[in-house]
Amino acid sequence: MDKNFAARRRRDLIIAALLAALAALAPLFVKNVYIQNIMVLTLMYAALSQSWNILSGYCGQISLGHALYFGIGAYTTELLFTKFGVLPWFGMLAGGAIAAVIAMGLGYPFFRLRGHYFVIATIVIAEIGLLLFQNWEWAGAAMGITIPVRGDSWLKFQFMRSKLPYFYFALALCCLAWFVTWWLEDSKWGFWWRAVKDNPEAAESLGVVVFNSKMGAAAVSAFLVAIGGAFYAQFLAYIDPESVMGFQFSLLMALPAVLGGIGTLWGPVLGAVILIPMTELTRSYIGGSGRGVDLIVYGGLIVAISLALPQGLVSLFSRSKAKGATR
Amino acid sequence: MGLLYGLIAVGLALIFGLMDVTNFAHGEFLMIGMYASFFLFTFFAIDPLLSAPLVAAALFVFGAVVYLLIVRFAMRAKANAGMVQIFSTFGLAIVMRGLAQLFFTPDYRSIPHSWLGGKTISVAGIFLPEPQLVGALVSILAFAGLYFFIHRTDFGRALEATREDPGAVALVGIDKNRVFAFGWGLGAALVGLAGAIMAVFFYIYPDVGASFALIAYVTVALGGFGSVFGAFAGGIIVGLVEAVTALMLPPSLKSVGIYAVYLLVVFIRPRGLFGSM
Repeated sequence: MDKNFAARRRRDLIIAALLAALAALAPLFVKNVYIQNIMVLTLMYAALSQSWNILSGYCGQISLGHALYFGIGAYTTELLFTKFGVLPWFGMLAGGAIAAVIAMGLGYPFFRLRGHYFVIATIVIAEIGLLLFQNWEWAGAAMGITIPVRGDSWLKFQFMRSKLPYFYFALALCCLAWFVTWWLEDSKWGFWWRAVKDNPEAAESLGVVVFNSKMGAAAVSAFLVAIGGAFYAQFLAYIDPESVMGFQFSLLMALPAVLGGIGTLWGPVLGAVILIPMTELTRSYIGGSGRGVDLIVYGGLIVAISLALPQGLVSLFSRSKAKGATR
Repeated sequence: MGLLYGLIAVGLALIFGLMDVTNFAHGEFLMIGMYASFFLFTFFAIDPLLSAPLVAAALFVFGAVVYLLIVRFAMRAKANAGMVQIFSTFGLAIVMRGLAQLFFTPDYRSIPHSWLGGKTISVAGIFLPEPQLVGALVSILAFAGLYFFIHRTDFGRALEATREDPGAVALVGIDKNRVFAFGWGLGAALVGLAGAIMAVFFYIYPDVGASFALIAYVTVALGGFGSVFGAFAGGIIVGLVEAVTALMLPPSLKSVGIYAVYLLVVFIRPRGLFGSM
């Protein structure tokens, strides 16, 4: 069993490296800017969903308020950049750190809540954040912040002519989030989280400090999501509260993981690779009519997939292999 | 007027609070109710007050169908049942919004001359708008009816028992799906009633539900899951808090007060005010 587990992990790592290399070569063949744009978004959502999965999938604390951390990452970076001239690279880390601290601060009261009460609390806190930012004059209120164009440079992480640098950054972020998940899966934290998810009382009785486990998961998850938010802000070069903190981001982060397989290593990536291009394509090919057909198709697919494969698409792959494989 | 929030929340209290099924399409049910009322008024000149029972009946059928076509299967999921419920009903909400855009166009609509619209009534020197007053009245009746229904009838007991233990219920000959389909129908009918009354004084557009849905969830959770009275109390508190916040903060921040009170309540009482689950 142990040997199998180690072998599986090694295989996962090799597959990931191959996929990453393959993805890195993709822009050589895909010159279409529109497709490149979709690829960037897909990688970004894969990274976000992977991060969300750490708290909600592995540790079982379903959060539908991660838009808060996404927005904090975006706003910290851009406020530091536009008001104080701090380079986005540092702003990004600052945003991640702030998000992690806030996640732990919120975790202190939140993690006492169970089930629906917890989920609603996460939605509500993100909504409060959204409303506060919409009314915060210094941070641009509802108008948002336009990031000044200073020419293409890695230093300022700003590229107008080509999407490729964004693509590689998103790929790196996706790899980072995947690798962190991979690494945590076999660490004591990973085992604690799964224990907390399955049966918190039993875990506590065996010496797992449930509360600290949740806090750790929340901090890692929020940090990575905030980095994603900072990236998104640089990518769009414009942010406003609704576009980086809206409820739809919380759902869009959760969806790939849920569709792909919640609490699994490959679920978020798989979900994002299918869901995000589908979203973008339905939007641009049948959404142009402005008559809501894209919404009908998109929503219908979500209903169909979530009903047909409650364990996510990953279950299609694992079913043929070992029965009762570790979830 | 907190009772209005109560009215929107009462249907959710049944589905979400008593049957423990997440319904992320609740706001869209409300939207359908408002449109139904609007079209009955525009094409058949039936006043929303008269058409309310019709709307409720239509929504009853709709709710039961949604349960039988979607939710039944979502509840059957062995793994991640909660997430499957969230996302299947969320997908349904998106579809409903899309359908509304397709058939009703994204235009804002309103019911111009109804019996109640724009009238006020003076009670002891305080002017109260009539539609809101009727809404409050209907809300109280709906809650009283639901309370009676849950606690005094066989159906209510069957519903409670089905949630607790579907297997045992099957042994005594209760069909789980029939009970829950009826529960969903009833929940949808109640929110249809709310929609019919709100159609009188709110603009109607495809996304209208979203703005009320979150407050409805908060209302139910604030009162506590599994308690009809809790949802009623939650509605009143939400209304009061909103009124007070609106006095102290700019209007765009009025929901912050509601959310803050929710957090405060669950931090002190993690199961809401009157929750049993």
